[in-house]
Amino acid sequence: MNTRQLAAVTGSFSEIQDGVRGAMPILVAILPMATVFGAVAIEQGLSIAQVLLTSVSIYAVASQYVMVDLLGQGIPVWIIVMSVFAVNFRHVLYSAAIGKKMQSFTTVQKFMAFFLLADPQYAASEARAANKLLSPAYYFSYAAVVYITWLFFNAVGALFGSLIEDPEIYGIDFILPIYFTALVFGFRARTGFFPVLMVSAFVSMIVYFTVGSPWHITLGGAAGMLYAAASSSPAKVQGDG
Amino acid sequence: MDKTVLLIMICAAATYATRIGGYLILSRFESVNHRLEAALEVVPIAILTALVAPSIVTHGPVESLSIFIGAIVAFRYSLMTSVACGLMALIIMRSFLV
Repeated sequence: MNTRQLAAVTGSFSEIQDGVRGAMPILVAILPMATVFGAVAIEQGLSIAQVLLTSVSIYAVASQYVMVDLLGQGIPVWIIVMSVFAVNFRHVLYSAAIGKKMQSFTTVQKFMAFFLLADPQYAASEARAANKLLSPAYYFSYAAVVYITWLFFNAVGALFGSLIEDPEIYGIDFILPIYFTALVFGFRARTGFFPVLMVSAFVSMIVYFTVGSPWHITLGGAAGMLYAAASSSPAKVQGDG
Repeated sequence: MDKTVLLIMICAAATYATRIGGYLILSRFESVNHRLEAALEVVPIAILTALVAPSIVTHGPVESLSIFIGAIVAFRYSLMTSVACGLMALIIMRSFLV
């Protein structure tokens, strides 16, 4: 951390502005996802209050779909909890990676920040930390925009879900893969970008068709990380960004 | 407490455990080995790639192509532009080819 970066953190207003602006692209994806989740959860027998409680307390869309889906099938509670844990396991790696970039956060801020560490939040924070010091102002303003939008459109979906048209018409069923791909290429300057990409993609596909979902996420990711660990040397300066 | 509410709360606790777990484990160590450092440095690339990879082959050719278009645009332009291009390509291809 140098003095220029310190000065940037104290300029909180611009940090908040950047955080809010940074969240804009992902809102396009969150809006339909949140609406559809609200509608699906109601269909599976949850009350509106339970839908909102789910989104307020868990705040991890993929695992919420899994929970609601298994609940509707009358699966035992411990299997549902294990499934949610498995789907969310990638977050362990997120918190390990981003934790050391939260030097300007207080302990309480860190504990709150990890609660909000969803996929886009993690990716945006990594991208931010590559160029500047990651500030609480940036982190929490980004999170607030995403979290509030997520909850609001959950409620919209829960209340008016029956009115939703076929999401395929607008391509919104496929926004997330496109979004994540674009995010990945934002990290192309990092050491070992292409080999890690190839290894992770390859192992992820193999695991997806053999072991099955959601393990392709953790195992495919772990394979890329193993490659990076194996090809690292002590003297090498790691590229950042 | 209602059973469903209890389930939701347990799932929320499990999720929070994953979101803080990696940090809590790592913060117990004074220094981090260079190999672990290198592995953590590629987490966004490795995990996000693993998340997306199967959808390249589990959907139609139109969907795969839109992912590649988004990726190519991302080499030059911002995140927002890349997502918009990938999405536009998908919508156009779907309405003409499918």
